[in-house]
Amino acid sequence: MYGKKVKLRLLFLSFIFLIIVLSIFLILKSLEENVVYFISPTEIKNLPEIDNSKRIRVGGMVKEQTIKLSQNEVSFVITDFKNEINVNYSGAIPNLFSEGKGVVAEGYLSDRSFLKAKKILAKHDENYMPPEVKEALENNK
Amino acid sequence: MLKNFEPNKVFSLTSKAPKYILLIFIIVISIGLLEALIFSPEDYIQSHSVRIMYVHVPSAWISLGTFSVIAILSFSIIIFKIKSFVLIAKSLAPAGLVFNIIALVTGSIWGKPTWGTWWAWDARITSMLILALFYIIYILAWRIYDNTEKVNKITSLIAILGAINVPIIKYSVDWWSTLHQPASISIFSKTSIHTSMMIPLGLMTAAFALFSILIFLMKYNTELIKIKNKGLDRL
Repeated sequence: MYGKKVKLRLLFLSFIFLIIVLSIFLILKSLEENVVYFISPTEIKNLPEIDNSKRIRVGGMVKEQTIKLSQNEVSFVITDFKNEINVNYSGAIPNLFSEGKGVVAEGYLSDRSFLKAKKILAKHDENYMPPEVKEALENNK
Repeated sequence: MLKNFEPNKVFSLTSKAPKYILLIFIIVISIGLLEALIFSPEDYIQSHSVRIMYVHVPSAWISLGTFSVIAILSFSIIIFKIKSFVLIAKSLAPAGLVFNIIALVTGSIWGKPTWGTWWAWDARITSMLILALFYIIYILAWRIYDNTEKVNKITSLIAILGAINVPIIKYSVDWWSTLHQPASISIFSKTSIHTSMMIPLGLMTAAFALFSILIFLMKYNTELIKIKNKGLDRL
């Protein structure tokens, strides 16, 4: 249907395209550690060794009934429903930070189950609804 | 029609279209803004900052969609040498870049009260920034090269390479852990945005789409006039 030249161009372009897609895939794969924004408590548990001087981000859910406020400090537990990590933090807390919601804590590990956070980010989920709907959902539970 | 491109015939159509599109745009954006800012409810957790979504999400969609169209046109330009697509692809870019920047800026404004930070180098946000860079390179390439044959090839290649980034943006929230929330709307599962919020989102998307078509036509007409002034009756 198409001429020889069209086919040749198509072949050449697909070849270049494939090679570049492949290289990007390999680059992203090897940089996976940096592409992920945070790691889970389970991944921390499985780390071969922990580096106390390296700033890391841990993400998960704030475990229900674990937020403790005292003077200038807040402590809570991040869970991924398999493993947990205790977090200690002093500073500004984002509006959306609350129990049962997603959170990303950035700071330094003291050991595998304790993080001294320097920054707290709240994570929003994909649900958007008016307050009345949320209430109705809660009541139906 | 595709191979033999006649600027005069096309121009007689595209020069009339903007005023009608402007009229529809004004109507749709008026209703959309009323819905988005006044009639739609606040969110159960974000309260009023959810309204930023009605600008942020449509802008992001349109900048992604526009780039995809440019890439498909560029593919046809290189493989099938369809000359009439050249000016269309070129004229689409400015509106796409504008909406890309709007998406980044509104996302930043939303991120501060919700996440607690203006910017995060997570996969979604970074890949969106890369898309903006591709738009800029694409537009700059058009300005730098004079040689017609060369500029067609170079810009088309930039668009095709940039297209690799499009699925990365789309699936970044699924492939890697990101601060950005995953998609709320999907073809295969129930959307997790309440209907009362889907109405302004749909209206604003329609309004922004009309606006980008308007900007496209204005740019396209300018390009056609440029060709006319050069005394060429075909490309």
